[in-house]
Parts: sequence; C-alpha cells; structure tokens
Amino acid sequence: MAQNNLDTNNELALNPNLQEKPDTLTKIFFRKFTKNKLAVFGAIVLLIIIILAAFAPWIAPFDHEKTNVINKLSSPGKEHWLGTDRFGRDVFSRLLFGGRISLLVAFGSVAGALIIGTTIGALAGYYGGMIDAILMRFVDIVISIPSLFLLITVVTIFEPGWDKLILIFALTSWTSTARLVRGEFLSLRTREFVLASRTIGTRASKIIFSHILPNAMGPIIVAATLLVGGVILSEAALSYLGLGVQPPTPSWGNMLQDAQGFTVIIKAPWYPAFPGLLILITVLCFNFVGDGLRDALDPKGD
Amino acid sequence: MISYIIRRTLMAIPLLLGITIISFAIIQLAPGDPTTLMMDPTLKPEDQEKFREKYGLNDSIPKQYMTWVGNMAQGDFGTSIIRRGVPVSEMIMNRLPNTILLMAVSTILAILIAVPLGIISSMRPYTKLDYTVTVTSFLGVATPGFWLGLMMIIFFGVKLGWFPTGGVSTLNAPFSIWDRIHHLIMPAFVLAAADMAALTRYTRSSMLEVLHQDYIRTAKSKGFKESKVVLKHGLRNGLIPIITIFGLMLPSFISGAAITESVFSWPGIGRLFIESAFTRDYPVIMGLTVLSSVFVVIGNLLADILYAVFDPRIEY
Repeated sequence: MAQNNLDTNNELALNPNLQEKPDTLTKIFFRKFTKNKLAVFGAIVLLIIIILAAFAPWIAPFDHEKTNVINKLSSPGKEHWLGTDRFGRDVFSRLLFGGRISLLVAFGSVAGALIIGTTIGALAGYYGGMIDAILMRFVDIVISIPSLFLLITVVTIFEPGWDKLILIFALTSWTSTARLVRGEFLSLRTREFVLASRTIGTRASKIIFSHILPNAMGPIIVAATLLVGGVILSEAALSYLGLGVQPPTPSWGNMLQDAQGFTVIIKAPWYPAFPGLLILITVLCFNFVGDGLRDALDPKGD
Repeated sequence: MISYIIRRTLMAIPLLLGITIISFAIIQLAPGDPTTLMMDPTLKPEDQEKFREKYGLNDSIPKQYMTWVGNMAQGDFGTSIIRRGVPVSEMIMNRLPNTILLMAVSTILAILIAVPLGIISSMRPYTKLDYTVTVTSFLGVATPGFWLGLMMIIFFGVKLGWFPTGGVSTLNAPFSIWDRIHHLIMPAFVLAAADMAALTRYTRSSMLEVLHQDYIRTAKSKGFKESKVVLKHGLRNGLIPIITIFGLMLPSFISGAAITESVFSWPGIGRLFIESAFTRDYPVIMGLTVLSSVFVVIGNLLADILYAVFDPRIEY
C-alpha cells in the first residue's frame, strides 16, 4: 500500500494531469461485479423475482386461494397466463405467493444459519485449542448426518409450520459457514492489527466483532448467497415430499407435490414444469451472483 | 502408513458416538412418551407398567441410551411400531440391495460422464466447448433432482413411453436383466445429475491446476503427444483431490438417493425412510438416520485412506 502511494506521488509529480481521486472500495466492487455478465444477469432476474414475490397481493391477477370447479387444469392462455391447477386456482398467482414463502423461508434460514455458524466458527477460530477441537468435532458430527435425514427426523417429531421450518433449516445448515468462518479467523487472528488491539487490552468480544469479523465478511457473503440457493432446493424437496410447507399455504415445493398426480401429468403436463423452472432459475441466479461476488470481493484479482 | 490408517479409524469412533447421541437426543425431545405410540390404549395401568418395564422405559436416560447403542452395535435396531413386531434390521436388509444398486450405478455413471467432460474442458479452457460444459454444470447444480425426475417421467415415461415410470421391475414378470436395466436408467441418471455437475467442475479446476505444473511443461517440451501428457502425467495427479470431493459429496448423495427413490417408487431404504416419516415409525426413522450417517463416516474414512495411498507426496 505504502509502495503504491509512493508510486502515485512520483507519477503525480511527473504528470499533473493524473490528479484523479483513487477509486473507492464500492466503486471497485461495482466495476469488478459488472464485468461478470452472468452475475449481472442473475442479479437483475433475482431482483425481478423478489419484487414479484414481495408485491404478490398487488400483482397477482387472481385470488390465489379461489377455487373454480368448472375451470380445472386449464391450459396456459389469455385469462390464466400459466393455466389453472387441480382446483381451478390460477397457477401464476400461486407461483407469486409460493415464491413469497419459499424466499422467506430461504432468507430466514440463511440468516439464522449465518448467526449460528459465524458464532461457532468465530469462537473456534479465535480461541483455538480445546474450544476449537470440541466445536469442530461437533461440526463434523452434524455434517455426517445426511441433511435430508436430519431434517425429516426433526420435522416428523415437531410437525412445524412454515415459520418454525425456518428455525429447523437454520439449525441444519450452519455447518459450512462455521467451517469457513473458523478458517478466516485462524488466519486473521495472527495478523498485526489483531495483535496490536490485544496488546492494548481490547476486550475479546470487541476484537472478534469489530476487528476480525469485518475482514472476514467477503467470504461469508459469498457463502451465504450460495446457501440461499441450497435452502431453496431443500425446502422444495421437503415440501414436494409433503413434509415441508403444508397446503393450503403455497410454496414452490408443495405446488410440485400437488402437480405430480397421474391425472395432472396426463392432462396438464405443463403445470409441474412451471414451479420447477422457477426454482431452477432462482437457484441458478443465486449461484451466478455468488460467483460474481466471489470475484468482486476478492482483493487480489482484478 | 499403517499407523495413519489405525489413527484415522480410531478418530471415526467418537464421531459415530456423537451421531448416536444427537439422534437419541432429538427423539428424547419428542413430545409425549413412546409408550403412547406403541401401546394399545386400552391396556390396564398395571399392564402398562409391565410394558414400560419390559422395554426399559423406566431406566434412566443414560442407561436407555447405552442399551440402544449396545443393541445397534449388535445389529438390533428394534422393532417397527407400525408393522408390529417386524425387526427394523429385517426391513432395512430387504430394501438395502436396491439402494446399493441404484447408488453404485449412479456413481459409475457420474464418473464416466463427468471426468472426461472435466478433462476436455480443462484442456481447452475459455473456449466455446468449455463454456458449454460450465453452463451445463451450473444448470445441473441448480436443478431440483425430484423435478428433473418428474419431468423425465412425464416426457420419457408417459409421453414417449420409452421407460417405465417407476419400480425396479415389471410386476409379475419373470426376472430379466434387460427389464431391470430398463427400470434403472431414469432413476440412476436423475440421481447422478447433481453429482455429475459438481464433479465436472471439480475435475476441471483440479486438472487446470495440474496442467500448469512444471512437469507437464517438461513432458510437453520433450515432444510427447498432448493426449499422453494429459492422461498419463496429468490425470494421475489431477484425480487425487477428486477422492476427497467424493467423500464430501456423500451426505448430499445419500439425501438425493432418498428423494430419487421416492420419485421413482424405487423400493430402497430412502423410500422406506420417507414412508416411515409419514407413519411416524420412530424406530425405523432412527435406525435409518444412524445407518445413513455411518455410511457417510465410513465413506469419508475410505476417502481419506485412499487419498493417503494415492498421494505419495504426503507423509503421515
């Protein structure tokens, strides 16, 4: 950094036209992020999906719960853009409301997983030794239980609604974050600025949260973005099996459960296609954005 | 090496104990008493007491845990609540061969497709071909497996009638290898899809790293053919990290198998697990959760040992 400043100063002395301000971090971040076309595409599509889901009650052309016995499983057309389901409900409106639940569950779970994972990872990485060994063995144990088995076991016992489902997803998906944060803390805690704060007697909690954590935010944000996609897939799978979000509350997963019946497959094969495509697009975009963030937040590459 | 293998194996023991403790704790948190589920509600109070005594429900919780783990270690997973008296181990053993068949075929399929794609991609990085492979693998990772299965059933099963829509074989038909393969193709492909995508990306990046090594340049400058350099010198080292990836992917692979079995009515342990979840058959749920975790632990143990065997650069 110092070397860099020196070079700039020399250049400035030689060439007064170069008196521009250096780019701010935000500017550098945007420049790098917008270079990745797929990430920009992903971010725009996600924004549209999130807005559509958030404003579902105002955007949806039909009442998503209103059944219509004479118009069951109608094909996509002028009135019902994506057709109707087994009960004559408008598929497009249900997708919007389903998106609300699916995205809410995903964002809520990831927020919870971040809190748990960051706390455990930070404690393990900062203190090391015995604490690290015990916490990381605990992480090893939780990771070894296949997540679907763990999820289903807990779900069958507690039979949660979609709000408690968030808690259960958080409790089963924090392990990768914990490992990541621990790694970051292990390397950051030996750096000079941490040693300096420790020397002047700063409290451990302050060093962890105000000094080390901000420096570890990059990888955490990237992991969180990718985790959102993962939770959307898990929620969809669980609800598809009939063990997640329970009807009549629509979610992308339980719409697929509704759409897998044999009559639906024969009479309206396009119906199961829509929720699945929407899940696919959403997860894909989260992965694109995650990849873009990884490059943009990496201080080394340009 | 031998001492490493012994040390690594010993490390798996506390892991297995931890898994059983967590599973046991979750069941203990269940509201209500297992007796209410297992007992005939018309039983007289003194008979209920006899029942509790017989099943050790009056013991302290640590003692109940010890009994449970001790029984499992001897292959006794208890008896099903729903199918009264049928041992859980028997139910699992009846279904296990189907699951092993599905998982083995999927793994082979994933390797046969993903590894060559990853290698080709790494040999021509940043070309149209590489981008096509990369985008396809992105799609594969983002596709919900059960939905892919559903779409394949609709398209190849119902519309075109090329493949059966579920099951391991045609009902009441005499055994035929072709019939079995016919039933296996779609579920095996669906289960392989997600891993295939991830494996392609890992193979590509691992090979890219190896192909930049000095010894590859040396081999090339000696005038060896590119295919020989890549396959003989590059591949041997490039595939070593893939062993670890396999270990890491194992838990999601097992979860994926359960969902795939469910979509294709494949009578394996995953489907048994999901059926038991609906009927709240706790002994089966517990047994399968522990068993699937044991699978993961053993898989990771094998991956670590194989890694040590194949990578002579690492000393233990």
